[in-house]
Amino acid sequence: MKECEISARGINVWYGPKQALFDVSLDIYKNTVTSLIGPSGCGKTTFLRCINRMNDLIPFCRVEGKLMIKDTDVYGKEADVLSIRKKVGMVFQTPNPFPKSIYENVAYGPFIHGVRDKKKLDEIVRHSLQEAALWDEVKDELNKSALMLSGGQKQRLCIARALAVEPEIIVMDEPCASLDPIATAKIEDLITRLKEKYTVVIVTHNIQQAARVSDYTAYFYLGKMVEYGKTAEMFENPKEKSTELYLTGRFG
Amino acid sequence: MLDRRTTQAVVFSSFLLCVALVVAILFFVLFDIISKGIAMVSWEFLTQPPRNNMREGGILTPMVGTILLSIGAMIAALPVGVLTAIYLSEYAREGRALSLVNSAISNLAGLPSIVFGLFGLAVFVNLFGFGPSLLAGSLTLGLMSLPVIIKTSQEAFASIPFSFREASLALGATKWQTIRHHLLPYAMPGILTGLILGVSRAAGETAPILFTVAAYFLATMPSSVFDQSMALPYHLYILSTQSFNLRATQNVQYGTALVLLSVVLALNSAAIIIRAYFRRKYRW
Ligand SMILES: Nc1ncnc2c1ncn2[C@@H]1O[C@H](COP(=O)(O)OP(=O)(O)OP(=O)(O)O)[C@@H](O)[C@H]1O
Ligand SMILES: [Mg+2]
Repeated sequence: MKECEISARGINVWYGPKQALFDVSLDIYKNTVTSLIGPSGCGKTTFLRCINRMNDLIPFCRVEGKLMIKDTDVYGKEADVLSIRKKVGMVFQTPNPFPKSIYENVAYGPFIHGVRDKKKLDEIVRHSLQEAALWDEVKDELNKSALMLSGGQKQRLCIARALAVEPEIIVMDEPCASLDPIATAKIEDLITRLKEKYTVVIVTHNIQQAARVSDYTAYFYLGKMVEYGKTAEMFENPKEKSTELYLTGRFG
Repeated sequence: MLDRRTTQAVVFSSFLLCVALVVAILFFVLFDIISKGIAMVSWEFLTQPPRNNMREGGILTPMVGTILLSIGAMIAALPVGVLTAIYLSEYAREGRALSLVNSAISNLAGLPSIVFGLFGLAVFVNLFGFGPSLLAGSLTLGLMSLPVIIKTSQEAFASIPFSFREASLALGATKWQTIRHHLLPYAMPGILTGLILGVSRAAGETAPILFTVAAYFLATMPSSVFDQSMALPYHLYILSTQSFNLRATQNVQYGTALVLLSVVLALNSAAIIIRAYFRRKYRW
């Protein structure tokens, strides 16, 4: 059995009076890609945002249960939200680079975590952009505004920005939702390479994408996690009726 | 019952009429002031203090006074206004307290300027003991521009997409780092526009400076913030109401009005330039 990186136990989430997640328990393994799938509104984003406590930003959002990242109790009393977020890089559905230069985008993370040495920052920027497979395309225009990039380049820049703080986990919420097939293929290729160093959790609406990139898949339905297992086994042989219906595209 | 098309035509023409009226009045006032004032505005007019019971000389001292007061008001109002706006838009929770504070600020914007003048007299001049001075006048003008600064800054913060806050916080930035490195720079055009518009409106007012700083006549510049100073709006008021022979000062009145107008216009143009600069720098 692989080493467990994230372990969720009995996660319940409420938005005000409305419960969005019901008793979700899930082990996510180190150096794997896990995809979260399910029909719209089933709680995939909600679960993803529990991992790095981004739900804290939403007023009236309440999380119950236990979520461990290795030995860190994410919702424990002594939890340090800033270091948890440093440990969990996040990539959003719509590429959201800062309206600053490419360089500043990538250097911002390490900068706020105390790296001030220009040489060191240069090195981090180069390395992160290389890891995000963007370096060759932008190495001559690092000082150009990030907003000049194409959608796919922006998303890879956002990935580079997340990698620059040396996270252990990368969570991505429908990272290809706004991209064309070629840009999507690049990101997918990137995701499969990222797992050598990182643990990747990805939300996707694209079942083929989940099949292509992920080792494990969790299927959510109406706020509950219905089924979880190795992607190949689950797609071949879903145990639950609901999973089968979703995978065969007969609802959702 | 009128035909829809006729109604449409009537409504549209009345809109047009109103716009034409407003523009015509504006142009009439501008034309009147410029045409009668331009003859007065000379190098001497701008570089000499008033002389001979205001009938001769220039308007150097009131002009410098107004510029100093504007700068003082900006220095006083910027930090308070921006910090208030940051607190209200980024920290305060939605709720009754917040909407109460917001409507209080809106009401403050509608307060007659003489009330600010009296407040300045009671608090800055008397209570704090600054006396009638540049300091008391600047603080009063700053106070008066606060509502505009706070409102425009709040709007500037509200117009920044939430995704930038998320991106910054998700990297492990603190809320304050997010504000300092992202929200403040992105909101800067809005903030500066509000600052300059707020102050330029206040700087043209007579009532707030009446008891707090304005001197009837001074041949020299103020040498410290505790000195009184002349100021353009008050000077204009004096010229048009207090002199023995209003006819004799009519040209000076128009000249002064033109300079006041130009100072305010220059401030507003500065706002536009600064905004354009930041717009180009941070666009999304
Ligand atoms: N900020 C919020 N305030 C209130 N309710 C919310 C909020 N965000 C999500 N919800 C609710 O929580 C439930 C789960 O939403 P979530 O965004 O996690 O779904 P999702 O699986 O990511 O959907 P999608 O595939 O459409 O992105 C939905 O019913 C949604 O209405
Ligand atoms: Mg979602």
